[in-house]
Amino acid sequence: MLLEVNNLDVFYGAIHALQGISFNIQKGEIVTLIGANGAGKSTTLRTISGLIRPRNGSIIYKGQDITTVAAEQIVRMGISHVPEGRKIFAPLTVKENLRMGAYTRNDPEEIKASMERVYTSFPRLRERENQLGGTLSGGEQQMLATGRGLMSRPELLLLDEPSMGLSPILVQEIFNIIKEINSQGTSILLVEQNAQMALSIAHRAYVLETGRIALEGDAREVSNNPQVKAVYLGI
Amino acid sequence: MQKVSSQPSPVIHEPKASLAWIGQLFLVAVALLALYLVVSNLIKNPILFTQFVVSGLQLGFVYAMIALGYTMVYGIVKLINFAHGDVFMVGAFVSFYAVSRFNLHKWPETAFPGISEGLAVVIGSITVMLLSMIVCVMMAVTIERVAYKPLRDAPRIAALITAIGVSFFLEFFGALNFVFSPRFIPYDRPFEVVAWYIKDGIHRITEGQAPPDNSVTFSNIFIIIVLASILVQFFLQFLVRSTKIGIAMRATSFDKPAARLMGIEVDRVISFTFAVGAAFAGLGGVLYAIAYSSIYTQLGILPGLKAFVAAVLGGIGSIPGAFVGALIMGQAEALTMGYISTPMRDAVAFTILIIVLLVRPTGIFGEPEKEKA
Ligand SMILES: Nc1ncnc2c1ncn2[C@@H]1O[C@H](COP(=O)(O)OP(=O)(O)OP(=O)(O)O)[C@@H](O)[C@H]1O
Ligand SMILES: [Mg+2]
Repeated sequence: MLLEVNNLDVFYGAIHALQGISFNIQKGEIVTLIGANGAGKSTTLRTISGLIRPRNGSIIYKGQDITTVAAEQIVRMGISHVPEGRKIFAPLTVKENLRMGAYTRNDPEEIKASMERVYTSFPRLRERENQLGGTLSGGEQQMLATGRGLMSRPELLLLDEPSMGLSPILVQEIFNIIKEINSQGTSILLVEQNAQMALSIAHRAYVLETGRIALEGDAREVSNNPQVKAVYLGI
Repeated sequence: MQKVSSQPSPVIHEPKASLAWIGQLFLVAVALLALYLVVSNLIKNPILFTQFVVSGLQLGFVYAMIALGYTMVYGIVKLINFAHGDVFMVGAFVSFYAVSRFNLHKWPETAFPGISEGLAVVIGSITVMLLSMIVCVMMAVTIERVAYKPLRDAPRIAALITAIGVSFFLEFFGALNFVFSPRFIPYDRPFEVVAWYIKDGIHRITEGQAPPDNSVTFSNIFIIIVLASILVQFFLQFLVRSTKIGIAMRATSFDKPAARLMGIEVDRVISFTFAVGAAFAGLGGVLYAIAYSSIYTQLGILPGLKAFVAAVLGGIGSIPGAFVGALIMGQAEALTMGYISTPMRDAVAFTILIIVLLVRPTGIFGEPEKEKA
């Protein structure tokens, strides 16, 4: 078991955003978390990556309790979070953004090799290496955010809506890259509005409804569920 | 870009527009008057004018060393650190004690008796400056930990008021008899100030001698201040552009949660920023004391405020802006002293502040603050 989340309770002031959710990720898996707006998907990722503290519950990563570990340490343990809305450093160049993705690493040669790998996956970024992050198009920013997330060489990648605002062709491309990242050994927790796409590449899925897990199972099983079909797949 | 509203409201719009028009006319008039003063005096006596420019450069380069700290700290925690001018003062005092009480500037002669005199002075003086910088760094980092860090998530005004409190504390605690002194203290320089005058070549001014009329004088401390300040500027540009910690500073100042997701220890980066600013202020304090040769615990107030105005003028948060703003402030002050009157020097600084805030609050290099999603 790579990651185990037990009975998480998260509050924003009086808002009970996560109401005792539990799920897990096995090594090598793509697990997707789907749900409507405001269901608590981003909150779940922010809690795992240490940006917010849960009131109750625990997060166990590779057998270690990381519930109260600070965000900047969690990256060092091998979890990388590509946040919702990309959060590119606008005044930094593409290269500097990637450099910050590798902040936890020290070997310049290895960092260069990782950067080369990112550029191979996203050739557009190489062309724009010295352009400011804030001047990239939405799709390019998504590529940069994903690439930056990979620069720490994570064992577990948390992706929050990587397809948001992208054209269908780019969505396909991003999902292909996610699959490829996974096939190279990185486990992935994928949060998506585009449930159909997410379910098509995931091994397992959890459906989140207003802070609770409403359904879980094999990705194919979940996509065949009549309710999921009606609500999330629009079939 | 102008916002296009579907329902224009001329009733509110018109008086505002005419007010702005009067204001602009007034500003143009002030600018023309200033320009006239400057140009006519330049033509009347270019040598005297040059002399004022030289003293303005000396002030401006000192302000630049202080202004950098204001602008960097503002860039990263959005705090106007009003205690920064007092860090500058502490820098001056540390060097005073190092020189007068402990003869620190003499250590090379003691340690290596055969050393050449010039080398001994250079090494000794640099040691004094480094000590002042280190003490200032430790003090600023402590202030940040104790006074500002607990307020990081509080409304900005809370930290601002705390900064003013810290500033008063340093000034008046320093004035206690058992700390520094409530009086002006003559400052013993770690090296001698040598002056030259320019008239048919460069001539050294011997002690007790007055420079001849119609000559421009400058001193070794002037050269040191200019060089040190430019060096500091280049160092900072290099730090912020090309080093890992410098890029992390810019990332942190843009988006702290995103920086944390990269593994950047935001608190350490903030401490580091305070440290760098304090080191430069400390160095500025030593050079200022050497140049003006008298110190007291409130000596940081006015240079600090003027450096703050310089940072605002250049565009707070912008490093080149602080530098350019400081040089403009130095000139404005020196020319005012020369052509209007000495007491006006401070009034001019704050007039500039008011004009900048009215006309272009973002300063010369500043961009309007972007809304973040
Ligand atoms: N900073 C905050 N302060 C207060 N409430 C918040 C905050 N962030 C999120 N919430 C609330 O918590 C709940 C879960 O939000 P979250 O962002 O996790 O939803 P989500 O599933 O990611 O939605 P979306 O698909 O729209 O991104 C929502 O009701 C939201 O209003
Ligand atoms: Mg979300």
